Amino acid sequence: MTFEKTAKILAEYKDIDVSEISMDSTFEDLGLDSLDTVEIVMSLEDEFGISIELDSSLKTVRELVDLIDRSL
Amino acid sequence: MKRVVITGLGVVTPVGNDIPTFWNNLINGVCGIDTLTRFDTTDFKVKLAGEVRGFHPADYGIDVPSARHMDLYTQYAMAAAYQAAADSGIAGTVAPERLGVYLGSGIGGMHTFVTETEKLLKRGPARVSPFFIPMMIGNMAAGTIAITYNAQGPCLPVVTACATSTHSIGEAFHAIAHGYADAIFAGGSEATIEPLAVAGFTNSQALSLSEDPQAASLPFDARRGGFVMGEGAGVMVLEEYEHAVSRGATIYAEIVGYANTCDAYHMTAPRPDGSCAARAIALAAREGGIVEDDLLYINAHGTGTPLNDSSETQAFKLGLGETLARHAVISSTKSMTGHMLGAAGAVEAIASALTLSRHVAPPTINYKEPDPACDLDYTPNVRREGNFTAALSTSLGFGGHNACLALRAFGG
Repeated sequence: MTFEKTAKILAEYKDIDVSEISMDSTFEDLGLDSLDTVEIVMSLEDEFGISIELDSSLKTVRELVDLIDRSL
Repeated sequence: MKRVVITGLGVVTPVGNDIPTFWNNLINGVCGIDTLTRFDTTDFKVKLAGEVRGFHPADYGIDVPSARHMDLYTQYAMAAAYQAAADSGIAGTVAPERLGVYLGSGIGGMHTFVTETEKLLKRGPARVSPFFIPMMIGNMAAGTIAITYNAQGPCLPVVTACATSTHSIGEAFHAIAHGYADAIFAGGSEATIEPLAVAGFTNSQALSLSEDPQAASLPFDARRGGFVMGEGAGVMVLEEYEHAVSRGATIYAEIVGYANTCDAYHMTAPRPDGSCAARAIALAAREGGIVEDDLLYINAHGTGTPLNDSSETQAFKLGLGETLARHAVISSTKSMTGHMLGAAGAVEAIASALTLSRHVAPPTINYKEPDPACDLDYTPNVRREGNFTAALSTSLGFGGHNACLALRAFGG
């Protein structure tokens, strides 16, 4: 469920189809820079009702989903 | 000194978001001022504005995610630059380091500023967007245009309130004339039909409180009571003459003079005798070689505030001499567009270039009651045909900034 919600937010953010996002997608693949990442994390915090400490080593959707799951 | 010509034009305005619509409306006296719809004006004394209508970023190559990270002022600037680039065919003809961007905004990203302030107050500092600063700052329209067109040469976002884009174009003209670039995107942009800006301008007593769109922006008319806020953007491609000729570019007009002076008098009021504005006009006219034999069009700043129009009239007489000032065909297109603030000068320089290339000057519309303090020929209500040989475009801004451009009809 975490992945589905995350993928939906990422797809809306980039105006792309959700099918283009997988667990292995990197932020670089998706054209997301460090400013985008901060903004997306804010949306995810609202979506999941959590607080995420952003780690600059975050590179993939899988790492992001794991981070959310740990924060739930 | 190198010659500098105008080879591309682009506009986003209350009277049209492309050059043919814009120009057709200006010469036919179509008023772009109407009811302010951007927000609820119930608690506001001001009920009218010159709003940009039917603006879709996608029409100008701006995709949805990109648009979300551009304040509206940057979107307008990008749309005008997109048109000017297409019109000029400049892309790929100039080395990146010889291509520049001189484009400013009087105020910058006010919508972004207000939105993020509300987030700060309601939800705390952790919810302020990482894009707040880059979207809000007044230089980002220039930066974004430079990224889009890979313009690695000189880049200068001017901030001189309502004189912003006249200074931008003038500084770009001098940069090319002195050999610092081969081509420059020059102009300005503004998007401040925002509650905060309207409240601020209202309380500084600058805005018309009229509720009749056809009797609100009244430059040089005795009934004038303030300006009507407009918005939008104007961008010109300025190009070194030999460069333009060698690639067979269409040339609208030549820029031949520019001057920049300051009133050093008051935060908002112009110097009543118009002497410093007159000096800007005189210097630009002299650099441009404008003489009494010229058939001169002047696109006046003409805001419709009581003080501006009388002191500007005085400045024309002082700066050009009575004979030339009285012969000149003057109009204020703000009677149709409202006051586009930092975009005004660029849009009005574009109107001046088109007056020279199309041999017709737009009118000052809704002009009815002459004011003895404004006694020149303001082209009342009906366009004027003529083989204009030269044009001046003046802009005067809060802070006492005076700017004047001189253009000459291009004869090869």
